[in-house]
Amino acid sequence: MGRPVDLKLRHARRSTQIKEFVIQFFLIASSLVAILTTIGIVVSLAFEAFKFFEKIPISDFLFGLKWSPQTAIRADQVGASGAFGVIPLLTGTLLISFIAMTVATPLGLLSAVYLAEYAQPKTRTLVKPLLELLAGIPTVVYGFFAALVIAPIIRNTGSGMGFEISSESALAAGLVMGIMLVPFISSLSDDVINAVPQTMRDASFGLGATHAETITKVVLPAATPGIMSSLLLAISRAIGETMIVVMAAGLAAKLSLNPLEAVTTMTVQIVTLLTGDQEFDSAKTLAAFAIALFLFTLTLGLNIVALKIVDKYKKQYD
Amino acid sequence: MTDYTLTTSPSLKRRHAKETRFKWYGRIAILIALSFLAFMFSAIIFRGAGAFQQTKISLEVTFTQDIIDPNGERDPQVLASANYRPLLIRALSKTFPEITARRDKKHLYKLLSSGAVFEMGKMVNHNPNMIGTTQTIWLPASSEVDLFMKGKIDANLDESQRRLDDKKMSYIETLKQSGLIKKKFNTAFFSHGDSREPEMAGILGAALGSFFSLLVCFVIAFPLGILTAVYLEEYAKKTKLTDVIEVNINNLAAVPSIVFGLLGLSIFLGVFHIPRSTPLVGGMVLALMTLPTIIIAARASLRSVPYTIREAAYGLGASKTQATFHHVLPLAMPGMLTGTILGMAQALGETAPLLMIGMVAFIVDIPHGVTDAATSLPVQIFLWADSPEKGFVERTSAAIIVLLAFLILMNLLAVVLRKKLERRW
Repeated sequence: MGRPVDLKLRHARRSTQIKEFVIQFFLIASSLVAILTTIGIVVSLAFEAFKFFEKIPISDFLFGLKWSPQTAIRADQVGASGAFGVIPLLTGTLLISFIAMTVATPLGLLSAVYLAEYAQPKTRTLVKPLLELLAGIPTVVYGFFAALVIAPIIRNTGSGMGFEISSESALAAGLVMGIMLVPFISSLSDDVINAVPQTMRDASFGLGATHAETITKVVLPAATPGIMSSLLLAISRAIGETMIVVMAAGLAAKLSLNPLEAVTTMTVQIVTLLTGDQEFDSAKTLAAFAIALFLFTLTLGLNIVALKIVDKYKKQYD
Repeated sequence: MTDYTLTTSPSLKRRHAKETRFKWYGRIAILIALSFLAFMFSAIIFRGAGAFQQTKISLEVTFTQDIIDPNGERDPQVLASANYRPLLIRALSKTFPEITARRDKKHLYKLLSSGAVFEMGKMVNHNPNMIGTTQTIWLPASSEVDLFMKGKIDANLDESQRRLDDKKMSYIETLKQSGLIKKKFNTAFFSHGDSREPEMAGILGAALGSFFSLLVCFVIAFPLGILTAVYLEEYAKKTKLTDVIEVNINNLAAVPSIVFGLLGLSIFLGVFHIPRSTPLVGGMVLALMTLPTIIIAARASLRSVPYTIREAAYGLGASKTQATFHHVLPLAMPGMLTGTILGMAQALGETAPLLMIGMVAFIVDIPHGVTDAATSLPVQIFLWADSPEKGFVERTSAAIIVLLAFLILMNLLAVVLRKKLERRW
């Protein structure tokens, strides 16, 4: 009598086991998508970039001081060869990122300090989402605003003071990007400031320090690693930002540090090289992948350093 | 008696002043950021509000059978492409009987949008019984007339510097006096695809492109994200592999979006030959981009389900899979959905990667599925912002208002969902 039941049970257990196995397989497979994406990015960028470096030596790309990717239609035309030096793009990118960070760092840090240390809970619940709204606005909106509203204001102010400012300038793009970065800095810094143990503040108050003194001499030094990583993440955002610079910074690849001139960035050049008519496998198209590989490496480096700092810091007070 | 009271100490006064100053720095920083936000919103609303209205001109048009459909077959193709121009010129002459010169009549015709004839084609196709009758209809005015009616062309400028000449202005004046020109709700803006003429351009094509892209993005990213989160939180032991996956996810969240576009270009388009410019490929790229956001939110949500739920399930004889999928997952679902909606909102605003995979083309037709060529709302904004045509400034701002409205709606939905469904343990 017992045998059929036993068989049934064993059968049920077997089918459950198979089900669990199949489900586990699917779970692992879907987690691998994240790895596959990274591999896909690296392989596709590297593959096309290598094809580019077969045409243009890598040293010309990394150290070249001139960027003019127009390959001429006829071989005997002036400037037929085209120049693919990434340095002017890099300086343009860094110039705009620098302007953006000059705006975003004080605004972001001071907002974070105020919200974490001084603000009433009511103010906090009102102001924090409003600041984070800045991060949720699509960058194409910032770009439109920079080109249509901020750039003319800067140009008019400049000509009022006797400066010649081009209608597309690093300053307009950088300023607007700076505002966009404020919430990236403020919300992460806010978190790390809140993570500083209250006992440290109490100790400082007990010694007679004012609140401001406690913040600048105790809280901020303790939170420095976390703040640094938030700044690094913001810089990486600024370097990889595309739409604002495409719409407001211009296309001229000049080796210049003048914020009043039009400059170009790596992302702008990727967009210009790959939109519009393109022949695959031309040096022009492939150059975009080489720039992207450079950009990816740069931001990846910044991100890894930033995440390492955060991780290390987390352990410190846990 | 010596006064030791600290308040009189000059250094303390200085320190307290510093304290107040410091507090104000923070307030000013927040104020600057928020006033920028307010400035941006008001500038865009101020510029874009006008686009929700369009100047229209009322005409008494006789739909002559001989011109529209000489064979009387009522073939929709014939009705749509018939030559409506003479009908319009006749109707205009009826409104302006004093104008007889051919050149002036031509001039008069330019008051109307060049798309007015298409509007008529649509109207007749919709209701073929119109043929042979005389109807009073409102037709879109040209972009210059529209700008003038909205006060964006200065009438006091010299004629040579104005975009609208004196003659046209006098015509408009006549129409105004008889109430035949009016600003009406701009239905074209919500029902048309892209167009070279600002007055005929609409966002429906772009909005549907965005919708289909997000649909694809959701179908791919939601299950993948949740399964990954379940694996990492519920199943995986901490190994090298899970470490690598975790680092990967965190890094992918910070990769510049344009790089995902290049991935789509070389792999989805180059290797798999998915049709270019389609919401299908756009959605796939956006899915890879939003995946990290969804995974991170889903993991946090799973972590907040108390362990006792799992233990209770095991105690009743549930297997690991049963405990996870029957008990833990449903409880974590609201949080996962909230995270997904926020990820989708981010994907909706994304522009740069879509430029790389050809969703930046000029597309008039309204997409009907994921494999029709399309743009998306932010890309449409980018395209219009690039246009030298002055009438597009208004449309661009209006499209931004619509995009922001969708984003705010999605964010509100996420907040409501969180408030309604999320349980505190």
